[in-house]
This record gives sequence, structure tokens and C-alpha cells, in this order.
Amino acid sequence: MRVEYLGYLLAMALATYLIRMIPFTLMRRKIRSRFARSFFYYIPYAVLSAMTFPAIFYSTGNVWSATAGVLVAIVLAFLRRSLLTVALASCAAAYLVGLLPFVG
Amino acid sequence: MTNTVSPYRYREGLKEGVPVGLGYFLVSFGFGITAVGEGLRVVEALLISMTNMTSAGQVAGVTVMMAAGTILEMILTQLVINARYSLMGISLTQKLDSHSTTPRRLLMSFGITDEIFALAVSKPYPIGPSYFYGLMTAPYLGWTGGTLFGALAGQILPEDLRLAFGIMIFSMFIAIILPPMREERGVLLTVLLAAGLSCTVAFVPALDFISEGFSIILCAILAAAVMAACKPIPEDAPEADPAEEQEGRADA
Repeated sequence: MRVEYLGYLLAMALATYLIRMIPFTLMRRKIRSRFARSFFYYIPYAVLSAMTFPAIFYSTGNVWSATAGVLVAIVLAFLRRSLLTVALASCAAAYLVGLLPFVG
Repeated sequence: MTNTVSPYRYREGLKEGVPVGLGYFLVSFGFGITAVGEGLRVVEALLISMTNMTSAGQVAGVTVMMAAGTILEMILTQLVINARYSLMGISLTQKLDSHSTTPRRLLMSFGITDEIFALAVSKPYPIGPSYFYGLMTAPYLGWTGGTLFGALAGQILPEDLRLAFGIMIFSMFIAIILPPMREERGVLLTVLLAAGLSCTVAFVPALDFISEGFSIILCAILAAAVMAACKPIPEDAPEADPAEEQEGRADA
């Protein structure tokens, strides 16, 4: 455990806890604004998407092996395969393409 | 809050949480590998999972740490990414029984995640602390255990395998967002818009001043706000409490 990361870890844990705890403990009514409820409905998808693209293309240290992993993940997720199948097949694709001599 | 006492016991919650715990183990295994691959130590990755239990927030948090972002950036990132837990928490308060006192809520609130919320909110009768603690147990063990094993695997795996595993958590994010994209046009457009904005920030040199952490929250807020304005969810969407549906309609 490095001391210079302690601040980040504390800030992260506190922010995450407080945003869960405060409304759950204090609020006694629900949000009625349709815009606000729609915003909160879309936010998880928007966050996951913004975090995945373009970062996923750099996640294996090689754009070509990552692209192979992305394609496999998209096809299998589209076919509604399980989380484990999508994850492992995508890693396997990235690994195999990474082994190709002209890619590395 | 209702005056009744919940009929659900700890055991029932524990049982219902097991499938979620298994899923969490997989996702956080990917998080552990990514975190160690980015330069965190095993104990640091584990501490993050023990104190947060949220996939998107943790990955974004590691991004901020590795980019040496500011503490303010870290706090804002977590607040925006996890803002939906506020809404879920508010929604859950409508279902709590009379045993759910404030001190107990302080502990229960730590367990509000997408999946736990979905299970708890779908129960027909009021829920209480025992049931909710049961519901939190397996997911928490799965989440922390998965991170530990993933981080350890990230340390001992050969370089080329570890690199390939780096894509795992992002592939899982794709597996999570793609099926609802097929069902709902609103989700499809949200995902495409957020990805387009995020790539724009990453690749347009003039936008280099926006750090990675801020890019995630900026793009996500913009995409979700545009879509909430252009394509608001129907009033009877999953987030709505059935008991208040009629009042909700009156607002529209």
C-alpha cells in the first residue's frame, strides 16, 4: 500500500458511500421529474460506453489484438451469450491475434 | 417507510444473492487484472473493491489515479458515475419496513448496486435489514474475492496472457450494454452518442486539455442529458414505483 494513493482511495470510497447513503437515509420521497428519471436511467449506459470507447482498443497494449477482442465481444454479446463466454472468448481472440508474427 | 415488519429473513436474501455473487466474481476478476496491469498493487486493488463495490466507478477511479488526476476529479467522477445509486436508494426507501432504522440504513446503503437494487425492489412485500444484509453477503464476497484472485493472477501470469486479459473488463461492459441496445432505441443512441463523444475527446488534439477522468463524466452527462431530453423514458419504466405510477403520469 503506497501512501500517495491513500488520498485517492479515501476520496473514492467516501464519495461512493455518501452518494448511496445520504438519499437512502434522509430522503422520504422520490424524484418526479421525468427528465431527471430519464437521465438517471441512461447514465449507466452512457458511462460504460464512454469508459469502454476508445479505451478498450488500448487495453491489451496492441491495437490489432484489441480490435480482434472487441469484434468477438460485440458479435457474442449481440448473440446474447453469457458474460463469461463473451469475456473469455474476447480475451482468447486478443491473445491469439497478439501471437501473430506481423502483429506483435 | 411502512409500519409492517418484513416477512423476508437473512437466509432468503443470502440465497437470492448467490447468482449475483458469482457474476460479480467474474467482473471483479477482470477489474483485478486491469488494476494490476495499470500499475496498482494487489492490496490497493483489493482495498478499492472492499470499500466501493461498483464496477464502473472503480475502473474510472483507477483511470484517474493512473493519470495522476486531482482529488476533486476523483470525487466528481465517482459522484457522477454513481449518481444512479441515489435514485435507487430513494426508490428503495419506499419499500423499507419499520426495523430499518437510521443506523441500520447506514450499513444497508453500502450494498446498493444495480443488481441488488433490482432484486430488492422486485419483492412484493416490504424489505428489512436482515433480508438486505443477506442479499449483500454473496455479492460482497464475490466482488472482493474476484478482485483478489484477478490481481494475483495479473501478477503471476506471463506478460502476453496478462495483456490479453486486460480487455476482459471492457468486454464485459460490452456484454452488459449490448443486449439492451437491441431492445431499446434510447439505450442504443445513448451508447453510440457517448462513445462518439468519448472518441472525439480522445482523438481531437484541441481537446487534449480534458483529462481522461473528466472526459468520462463530461461525455456521459452530455449523452444522457441529450437522450433524456430527446427520448424520455415512459412513465411506467422500471425505475418507477408501481404504487406511485398514477401520480407520476399526472406530471407528464
